[in-house]
Amino acid sequence: MTTNLIDIQNSDVIMATSNFAENHPVGFQWVMKAKERGAKFIHVDPRFTRTSAVADVHVPLRSGTNIAFFGGLISYAIQNNLYFKDYVVHYTNASFLIDPAFKTATDGGGLFTGLESTGKGGVDPHVAETYKKESWKYQLDGEGNPKRDLTLRDPSSVFQLMKRHYSRYTPEMVERVCGIPKQKFVQVAKLFCENSGREKTGSITYALNLTQHTNGVQNIRALCMLQILLGNIGRPGGGVVALRGHANVQGATDLELLYHELPGYLPMPLRDAHPDLKTWLEKETPKGGFWVNRPKFMVSLLKAWYGDKATAENEYGYQWLPKRASADAYSHQHMFVDMYKGVIKGFLSDGQNPAVGGPNAKLARAALGKLEWLVVKDIFVTETAEFWKAPGVSPKDVKTEVFFLPAAPAAEKDGSLTNTMRLIQWHERAVKPPGDVTSDAEFFVSLAKRLQKMYAGSKKDRDQGFLAASFQYGDDPKEPNMELVLKEINGYATQEITDKDGKVVYKPGQALNTFAHMTDDGKTAGGCWIYTGVTVEGPDGKLINKSNLRKPADDKDYLAHGWGFAWPANRRILYNRASADLQGKPWSEKKKLIWWDPAAPGQEPDKKGKWVGLDVPDFNAFLAPDAKNGDKPFIMRADLVGAFFGPLPDGPFPEHYEPVESPTKNLLSKQQMNPVAKIWVVPDQRNDLAPVASPDYPYVVTTYRLTEHHLSGVMSRYLPMLAELFHSHFAEISNELAAELGIKNGERITIATPRGKIHTTAMVTSRLKPFMIDGKKTHQIGIPWHWGYNGISKGDITNDLSASVGDPTVYIQETKAFLCSVKKGEV
Amino acid sequence: MSLSRRDFLKYAGSTGAGVAVGSATLDLKPVQAAATTLKIKEATVHPGVCPYCAVGCIQLIYSKGDKIIDIEGHPDTPHTLGRLCPKGAATIQLSNNPLRPTKAMYRAAGSDKWEEKPLDWMYDQIAKRYYDAREKYFIEREKNKDGQEVLVNRLDAIASLGSACIDNEECYLLSKLNRALGIVYHEHQARV
Repeated sequence: MTTNLIDIQNSDVIMATSNFAENHPVGFQWVMKAKERGAKFIHVDPRFTRTSAVADVHVPLRSGTNIAFFGGLISYAIQNNLYFKDYVVHYTNASFLIDPAFKTATDGGGLFTGLESTGKGGVDPHVAETYKKESWKYQLDGEGNPKRDLTLRDPSSVFQLMKRHYSRYTPEMVERVCGIPKQKFVQVAKLFCENSGREKTGSITYALNLTQHTNGVQNIRALCMLQILLGNIGRPGGGVVALRGHANVQGATDLELLYHELPGYLPMPLRDAHPDLKTWLEKETPKGGFWVNRPKFMVSLLKAWYGDKATAENEYGYQWLPKRASADAYSHQHMFVDMYKGVIKGFLSDGQNPAVGGPNAKLARAALGKLEWLVVKDIFVTETAEFWKAPGVSPKDVKTEVFFLPAAPAAEKDGSLTNTMRLIQWHERAVKPPGDVTSDAEFFVSLAKRLQKMYAGSKKDRDQGFLAASFQYGDDPKEPNMELVLKEINGYATQEITDKDGKVVYKPGQALNTFAHMTDDGKTAGGCWIYTGVTVEGPDGKLINKSNLRKPADDKDYLAHGWGFAWPANRRILYNRASADLQGKPWSEKKKLIWWDPAAPGQEPDKKGKWVGLDVPDFNAFLAPDAKNGDKPFIMRADLVGAFFGPLPDGPFPEHYEPVESPTKNLLSKQQMNPVAKIWVVPDQRNDLAPVASPDYPYVVTTYRLTEHHLSGVMSRYLPMLAELFHSHFAEISNELAAELGIKNGERITIATPRGKIHTTAMVTSRLKPFMIDGKKTHQIGIPWHWGYNGISKGDITNDLSASVGDPTVYIQETKAFLCSVKKGEV
Repeated sequence: MSLSRRDFLKYAGSTGAGVAVGSATLDLKPVQAAATTLKIKEATVHPGVCPYCAVGCIQLIYSKGDKIIDIEGHPDTPHTLGRLCPKGAATIQLSNNPLRPTKAMYRAAGSDKWEEKPLDWMYDQIAKRYYDAREKYFIEREKNKDGQEVLVNRLDAIASLGSACIDNEECYLLSKLNRALGIVYHEHQARV
């Protein structure tokens, strides 16, 4: 998230789009605190939940129509002049002029300029397409700088294009598409927009409710656009509050257990685009913004991995990194489709349970059966570890060898976890794990060392990188010292580093204090630049692990900078330069965060002026507001401003399309679904899709989570306390749908999609109500997905229903909105 | 004066053996009365991080010998104020749980049962599978889009999944190991 849970208390209005109270209960107390201080609280969710119960307004919307809703809010703010004009003019690209050849989806029948067929064909002609982005660019002046119109009146300006693009998103349209009555939409739009601006700020929270769609990334972009339009980023009480679901989903993303990147958000090399380090650096280093430092971060990473064997002569070992054959490959969904096709022979499932937790789970389990071998490391024996015992499977037919290694929970090991606020916090081993249970680190290091023994003496080039990588951390041959691993992530000097006067700044091996000290010449090593500063050397030469510091908040420091370490640079609110105006003064006294103090001691003894305040400036602290780029808050972007116009594979502005499986034709344009969504072609009819407004699969279904259970259930269904609290699988259906189908509360029902079916118990409830979509009654049901065939509390696997379809930018699946049938009884 | 739960935990936790601090303004009788019966008496306390959602509630984990006896929210935590949800409050059962496997197990191809195996045997066998797959399927060079043979040093035959449930340091070690071996099917829960 751009902000901090604690800071939500400063919001004047909060819009939760996920079920915040039930899925992040302890974080939700800051919403309640804000309410005590007078804030308004809006909950946007198809279901009435415990979050809705304390909201000033609950806004049910049909699943899969988020962009129609956010687009409606953007349009409302523009049409009613409720946006924060000074912020928009100076801190965003609203004033930038776009190539005149570019046309918005308002003028293109739901499509932007440049869509063309890839010629690949496929299951659906609509998805075999791609955008040529030739016109999706700024107009440049003679010096190569973007042309701007600070009056925002030029028809080619981003602002006017955005206004035109969202002109179709009227309250009437929102009512037809989302099923939100017009009056209610206007009430919410007023409430949110009027509580943002110079004196007031609003925050928006989201979770998987926005991401698990075939336009997931555009959902988030739409939210962000609304926030910069209203001046709600980088300021107290503002922000985009991403509520992550796993204890370390932030850390695992930063350290990049993801196919497309290396630790610290460095693109994983592509075969065709990045043949050597020089080309990689040229292509991946923008001309402006903070990423101009990317070469320092990349070379430091290569030094951290390949050590002394990484030299300038061998491109610091760049060629040892694998090169991706394509950008459209290797993601979670690609993985299981390719596994099913026999491409993958061996598989490590470490602390993840794809037999239950991933999309099209039936396909995932079938794919596991095509493997030669499977290694599962987990705290309990998961459904993935025992897929060969699943209902309906005959073990003798499953030829996959399976290795199960028992894993230690956090309480039994040292290490750090990064929470949803980017806060890195250390935990200590309280007890040794029992029996043959080990930490994951112990397993990775044992495996690496065994393999290095097997490869020892190899003269092949391809083995030299692996042999150069050290897996020895501390003296214990088996258990790595985790603080030393954290130090490698943090970064250290590989040799003595002196300043221009010859004074020693770093001794060899000394931890770096800041990523600003990283270099691209091999003098520094560091595994993940954004974490630099988490371990520093104290005056006594000992390592200080800042993730293990616990100084509570106080009146002078409500953001608690002495508690753990938040990346980057212990900054608690990102883009905080935007909390001050062009001259460096807070937009309002009430909403001050950092400001320019012209009297403060400067960087040099004879200079004055510094950014000071309640947070670490997201900025060079000595860069005066009137200096070049001293008024540009969005430092991670090459153009240093917030982007309304932001080219993604599916468009520079978010546009509403229906989910791949939808109960209605698209009421906004003739383009039914995201024209560049990913639909996997899977053999054996394992990814059949329901047609638009299918009579066989007439109901919208959304999947979700419960307070008492955790994701695929491994850490909850096996615990007596939690299994007892919520002991069985169920589906929520409305009173109206139950009446139509003759289903009573507590009866068994069958839910089916073209991919699979499940049996479960009906929970007939008034928490869900049918939507009126373009005058037609449309039913939606909801199903939690925590259950499987193992553990104390067992149930059918909800994800057997979902499809292998994905967002074109990140390939996440569409499990928040698809179609199903509901039948009484187990059929 | 009434005593909040936050103060109570602070005082109880500060001594381990109940309450030994005095205060002129604080009536410690209720704390003393409770502390004599506390199960955390004489326990060792360690900082923990709740392993469920990403709010990151800091916990106080109390152990005696090799056994965790109690897990509570840490009252000083600025973003949680010491609270835990039902899952966080059940964390102790991740460790103390009769269903928990403590032995490594192997299931042979076509078999209908697990066999317990020594950890070293498991590691040797797994390393052999990695080695054999890498030797057999490693792609050192392949044609690029222009038809030229280029270096790719890639291993498509082994995939790695997980995890958002493991520590930063473990994630980093797994990234380093996988990439050094040439693995590209390399994912975790953030994708789904």
